[in-house]
Amino acid sequence: MTDPNLSSTDLLRSETIPPPRHELQDPENSPTNPTGKWGRFALICVPYVWLLLFFLVPFVIVAKISLSEAAVSIPPYLPVIDWGRGLLGLWEAAQRWSLDNYIWLTEDDLYWRAYVSSLQIAFISTLLTLLVGFPLAYGMARAPRSWQPTLVMMVILPFWTSFLIRVYAWIGILKTDGLLNQALIAIGIISEPLVILNTSIAVYIGIIYSYLPFMVLPLYSSLEKLDTTLIEAAEDLGCPPWKTFWRVTVPLAMPGVIAGCFLVFIPAVGEFVIPDLLGGSSTLMIGKTLWVEFFSNRDWPVASAVAIVLLVLLVIPILLFQRHETRRNEGDM
Amino acid sequence: MPSKPSWFNLTSLVLGFSFLYLPIVILIVFSFNESRLVTVWAGFSTKWYAALLQNEQLLEAAWVTFRIGLTSATLATVLGTLAALVLARQGRFFGRTLFSGMIYAPLVMPEVILGLSLLLLFVAIDQNRGFWTIMIAHTTFSMCYVAIVVQSRLSGFDRSLEEAAMDLGCPPVRTFFRITLPQILPGVLAGWMLAFTLSLDDLVIASFNSGPGSTTLPMKIYSQVRLGVTPEINAICTILVVIVTIGVILASLLTKRQRFKRMEEERLAAAHL
Repeated sequence: MTDPNLSSTDLLRSETIPPPRHELQDPENSPTNPTGKWGRFALICVPYVWLLLFFLVPFVIVAKISLSEAAVSIPPYLPVIDWGRGLLGLWEAAQRWSLDNYIWLTEDDLYWRAYVSSLQIAFISTLLTLLVGFPLAYGMARAPRSWQPTLVMMVILPFWTSFLIRVYAWIGILKTDGLLNQALIAIGIISEPLVILNTSIAVYIGIIYSYLPFMVLPLYSSLEKLDTTLIEAAEDLGCPPWKTFWRVTVPLAMPGVIAGCFLVFIPAVGEFVIPDLLGGSSTLMIGKTLWVEFFSNRDWPVASAVAIVLLVLLVIPILLFQRHETRRNEGDM
Repeated sequence: MPSKPSWFNLTSLVLGFSFLYLPIVILIVFSFNESRLVTVWAGFSTKWYAALLQNEQLLEAAWVTFRIGLTSATLATVLGTLAALVLARQGRFFGRTLFSGMIYAPLVMPEVILGLSLLLLFVAIDQNRGFWTIMIAHTTFSMCYVAIVVQSRLSGFDRSLEEAAMDLGCPPVRTFFRITLPQILPGVLAGWMLAFTLSLDDLVIASFNSGPGSTTLPMKIYSQVRLGVTPEINAICTILVVIVTIGVILASLLTKRQRFKRMEEERLAAAHL
């Protein structure tokens, strides 16, 4: 792994690689184990404490605030734990916590619709990304060997350029007087401009475009390893090409398909920028709801409850994904 | 492996890459448009770039973004490399599962949740929001990317050199700086680049954690995009795209040359034996 393109492939591939076994057994002999027990303790502690403080503790706070109620104060929620009184302060605040915000989420069907439509949009756009990404990954894997590093690099490059810029680029294309409509009218396919921007179609296009590298890279790494003699064997035995594709290529590419789908689906569910810029007011997605709840309505407790529910929804796909990756990596070894 | 790609494969490559690149190319082309409209071509002009230089708010935002990027990428690289060493070398310890969970989770966690949770932490400890809060937020999620990039470098790495240095009495910290670090350096640099671009790009997490006087460039672009598409935004975007592209290509050339040099040295060393 030397160039950035490979680093991102590794990034997608190496998520749950367990460390080699012998390293697990003799940590004390590790050469990078600075000056014995205390050094090791310090080495582990620095990143560990940072993550505890800035990743785990904030979640506990989100969970706590989701049980509070909104108030016109600074900070805009009640109760505030009075740490000056120690555990007693915590106990007093805890007695005033309630599940009201969660009950509110189930009562107002805006939230239900936002959750359902997020899952739906994420699901459909994941399938569409697979449809767009598969031929591309297939073409890359079948391209001459000498082209392949460049092709991988070309898939990664857009991933490095700003997400916001890539989404913005589509506004000018999809607008009613935009380039796509101009082109289609010029060719004569349509006579009236299509309304695409501010509909869910624009959101699908945005998600496909932005997450395509996440789909193509794992697909490519599966397809590239694929043993072509199997395909030749099927063809020699008289299997028609489309059948060879379905019976040989697709099953062998399955690990890449599954990994790619998870990598697109999970972040797409909580997406904010794409539905906000391309979807307009008609597209309801949970990331946007959370944003509005927080910035416009300034209802921090409800925003926290929305976040917790979103997290709970995503825990299952995240765990499934991790299990799949662990298996895939073990299969590789 | 066929030596020449079939027409089907070639078509899918051409279509796929046009889809990936056409929007960016169009964006760049229209940043040179004479007209205020971003959809009608009216002749070549660089006036939007000149206008950018006059826009002080924008330059201010760019400066803030750049400073946050530099500090958070550097801190994230240090923390991420430490985390990678822990994951790859420290074996089992109390809470290892939690630790690796905390490394992997931010990679798939929706940004709105990361942004919101950190903001609530800063509010809870009564910390005023601004430069430092965005910096800490960016460090936290980009260190996880660095950790994974560096870890993959560490796991495919010949440990006999380290062991030899230790056997010859080199102290561990020195072994790290003299032997381990030079070998994982390409991974560390790639990690730094990744952290820097992630910080440069981020809109959502920065929006949650920014305060007065710490508006970043993506926030500025976002608020202007909401008002409409203008060639001025196209011009900023073009500059950012060009910077990132040059950076990525330079980084890959540098690491390629380094690899080549090492191979050459190994060949020479082998010839001397």
